[in-house]
This record gives sequence, C-alpha cells and structure tokens, in this order.
Amino acid sequence: MVLRRLLTLFAAFTLPLAGTFASSTEEHHAPAEAVEGHAATAQEAEAEFNLNEMIMHHIADSHGWHILDWNGHAVSIPLPVILWTSNGLVVFSSAEFHHDIEGHHVVAAGGLQFVNKHEKIYYAGTEDKPIDLSITKNVLALLVGAVVLLLIFFSAARYYAKNTNAAPRGLAGFVEPLILFVRDDIARGAIPEKHLNRFVPYLLTLFFFIWVNNLLGLVPFFPGGANLTGNIAVTFVLAVFTLVITNVNGTKDYWMHIVWMPGVPTLLKPILALIELIGVFTKPFSLMIRLFANITAGHILVLSLVSLIFIFESVWISPGSIILTLFTSTLELLVAALQAYVFTMLTAMSFGAAVEEHHHDDHAHAEGHH
Amino acid sequence: MDLVTPGLGLIVWTTLVFLILVFLLGKFAWKPILNAVNSREEAIDQALKQAESARAEMGKLQASNEQLLKEAREEREAIVKEGRAMRDAMIAEAKDAASSEAAKILESARTQIHQEKMAAVTELKNQVAQLAVDMAEKILRTELAQPEVAKANIDRDIKDLNLN
Amino acid sequence: MTGSIAAIGAGLAVIGVGLGIGRIGGQAMVAIARQPEATGKIQTAMLISAAFIEGVGLFGVVVSLLK
Repeated sequence: MVLRRLLTLFAAFTLPLAGTFASSTEEHHAPAEAVEGHAATAQEAEAEFNLNEMIMHHIADSHGWHILDWNGHAVSIPLPVILWTSNGLVVFSSAEFHHDIEGHHVVAAGGLQFVNKHEKIYYAGTEDKPIDLSITKNVLALLVGAVVLLLIFFSAARYYAKNTNAAPRGLAGFVEPLILFVRDDIARGAIPEKHLNRFVPYLLTLFFFIWVNNLLGLVPFFPGGANLTGNIAVTFVLAVFTLVITNVNGTKDYWMHIVWMPGVPTLLKPILALIELIGVFTKPFSLMIRLFANITAGHILVLSLVSLIFIFESVWISPGSIILTLFTSTLELLVAALQAYVFTMLTAMSFGAAVEEHHHDDHAHAEGHH
Repeated sequence: MDLVTPGLGLIVWTTLVFLILVFLLGKFAWKPILNAVNSREEAIDQALKQAESARAEMGKLQASNEQLLKEAREEREAIVKEGRAMRDAMIAEAKDAASSEAAKILESARTQIHQEKMAAVTELKNQVAQLAVDMAEKILRTELAQPEVAKANIDRDIKDLNLN
Repeated sequence: MTGSIAAIGAGLAVIGVGLGIGRIGGQAMVAIARQPEATGKIQTAMLISAAFIEGVGLFGVVVSLLK
C-alpha cells in the first residue's frame, strides 16, 4: 500500500521531469565544450578532461552559481559574499573573484583583502578564514526550495480556506494524499495517537523539505541542480533537529530505558547504558550520513554517466550514456522520495520512542527500541 | 574530506530557513489543511452514520410495511372465512326452515285428512244410523202390521237371549 | 587506470550491503507471497530495515570518500 502510493507519486513527478533529461545532457556537455574551447584558445597540447574535478565542482558548494560556459567564458550568477571579519560584517559580490578559485585574485573589501581558495574565503596571504555566511549556491537553492514549498502549500491552504468540506481539486488534490500519507502511514504508525498532533506538522515540513529539495537537485538546470540535500551541512542540521526534538520530548520512561534499562541484569545495565547513550547520537548521525551519501551518490552517478561521453571522447557513446543517465535519473526520482520517506519515518520512530509509555510488566520488547 | 565537513555558513542558513519554514508552514499551511481534512473526515463520518441510520429507518419501515401487509392478508382471510361460515349457516338455516315448513304442511295436511276422514266417518255413521233407523221403522211397521209374526219373532228373540 | 584503495573499500562495503539488502528484499518477497494481505506492513518494515543496512554501507562509502 505504502509502496503503491509512493510509486504513484514518483510517476507523477517522473513525467514532467523526463522531458528535462535532454536538457540535462545538453547542460552537462557545457563544461567539456568549455574544456575543449579553452584548449583551443590557450593552444595547449591536450586538455585532459578531469572527471573528479568536474564532479566535485558540481556537488560541492560554491560562491556564485555557475550555469554554463559559452565560448570558453563561464556564465554564472554572482552571489553576495557575506563575511564576519575582524573588522565586522563585510559584503561584496562573488563576481569580484572573477571565477578564480586558486587564491590568486585578491579582493579588497571593508579594509581587508580576501582570496577564494577552492571556494573557501581566506584573508589574503594568510591561512586564516573569516566566518563565511555568504549566500552561496546552496543557500540560494535552499531559498528557492523554501519559496517553492511556501508557494505550493500556501496555495493549497488557500483552497481549503475557500472550499470547506469540498473534495480536494487541483493542487490541493495533489498534496492532500501526500499529507495524509505522512500523517497516516509515517506518523500514525510510529507515534502514539495522544502525541500525534504535536509532531505531525514538523514531520510534514521535514518530509516536504527533503523531498522538494531532492527533486530540485535533480532538475539539471538553474535554479535546480544544486546538491543541497547532498550537502552534509544541511543533513547535519536536519539530524540535529531530530536529535534535539527527540531528547527534549523524552519522557522519564525514555531516559530510564537509556541509562538504567529495566528488566536486565544489574551487571549489564552500565554496558547497556553506554550503548544506548552512544545510540542516542548514532541514530541522528546515521540519518545525516544516509541522506547525504544517497543524494551525493546519485549526483555523482548521473554526472559520471554523462561524462562517459567526454571520457571516451566519442559522440557514439552518447546514446548509451543518455539511456544510462535516463535510467539513473529515474531511479534518483525514486530515491528522492524514498530518502525523504526514510528520514521522516526514522525521525517519527525516534519521536515515538521518546514519548512512548512502556508497559512495565513486559520488557521483552525493550531491546526493540534502539 | 571537504565533502564531509559541514560548512558553518550553510548550517546557519539551513537552520534559519528550516525554522522559518517549520513556523510558516505549520501556522499557515499544515494547520488549516489538517483542520480542513479533519473536519471533512468528520463530516464524511457523520454523513455515513446518517446514511446508516436512514437505511436502518428504511429497513424498519419496510418491516412494518410487511407487517401491515401480513395483517391485511390475515384480515382478508378471516373475512372470507367468516363469510363462508355465514353462507353455510344461512344455507343450513334455510334448509332447516324449509324442512320444518314442509313438515308443518305435511302435518296440517295429515290433520286435515284425518279431520275430513273423521267427518266422513261421522257422516257415514249418521247415514248408517239413519238408514238403520229407517230400516227399523220399516221393519217395525211391517212387524206391527202382523202381530203374530211379531210375537213369534219376539219370542224367538227372547229365546235366543240367553238369560244367564 | 588509476584509482585509490578507498574505491576498493567502497566496493567491499557495497558487497556486504548488497547481500544484506538482497536478503531483505528476497525475504520480503517470500513473506508477501505467503501473506499478500500483509503487503503494506511488510513493505514498510522492509524499507526501514533496508535503510538501516544501507546506512551501514554508506558509512563505509563515506569513509572511503575521506581523503
């Protein structure tokens, strides 16, 4: 049942996205063309296509949003660089670096000098870094995702405000099954009914935040394509929220089961307590790693498959490359929803374990709660 | 290593944006949507319950209809039965009346015949007595005209009379 | 061909995870075949267990990304 619903959702999102795969490959041709174009102008003997560098550039965060290269010139959106320095707040445009990430081009701003070394801002000539609060590519993608979420759900909410007790239509008809899926299939199974309403709004936000950003990450052109949910900082924040909410809501019973597990021999209790205490942190940690690694791996896979064309330097490989990319991208659509589901599900289970009241006559199930 | 080191800037921005999203969506999206869904669910529940009770009502009505029909049928049967009984009774009564009438007529006829017979017998007796008287007068007249014969006869009769 | 030992590590991690998830998938199929009416519950449990195992595998992959 769950899977069928999920599959329906994937189908709904696969169709419009399928059309963008053509542009996906087109867009990813760009770096290679740039490489060739650059080679031609620079009169270099052989421009090596560096797969590793290209992929890392795509999945890492950056100041400025590189959209494509055109005749050897990078076309990118300059983004504000916001630094908290020893002189206070300093703001300047990322365009001032002129696409230099090797730390050669020095930018003077706010009475200080900065260089960009591999997308990290340093004080020029030193190894010290100011606190970097820039609107980077990922932050912009984050804002775009937030706007998309607000647009979708505010307009859905407006429908409900206008039509009381009417059957959902249009956007509301699309999001309602999803909302009910989160409420009934994810939250209701994991959290006791009494506490359900407290956690459902958060779980809904979490689910749609991850899912929408996963999907935006799969859109191959601006403003999609940023590896936002595949960035460890984002998954770190989400995991920390899970950790904090779980432990803030933890009942006496929950802590009891962690530090002094009832129903086991006293000798075992300290050992179990140690394991459970570590478990408190490893659970959100694994959430963080899982989402990060899945989404990053997906991006790497798609980019690698597209790059086959440039590795083999043959146009004849492109049909195979495109078919493989299509297949992988479709799989990634599934992964996008699946990871949102898994993250939300495990978070809900964590919340459920925190507020659950155990039956003290039966502790055989106690080890099932970690 | 860069890949798995969370950047401070993005952490700050993500926290900020995510918290804003949790707040805005929670207040302006999830709350109205979930309320609407809940109230719709309740409305549907209520409608279903009403439909159920209406169906039960219908069932009850149907049952009472059937009851009525059954009663009517029974009444009809009773009426028919009663009618039949009445008819039988009437026929029997008529038969009785007829037969008793017939018996009465027969009886009166018999009485009349008897009376007629008796009258005839009486008249016959009277006539026979008259005839006997006349005959006796005639005989007496002849007898008395011939006193010896009469005497002889009287004597013979006296003789015949056995005076014992 | 150049590569790194880390890639071998990633590959090794994936072998274990592949076996584990394969087993979960297979067992879930068997369970669904036996009790088709419990499909929903089995799928949920399957996805969650698979997520746990996958998490372990991803640890391996991430460690091999550390360089």
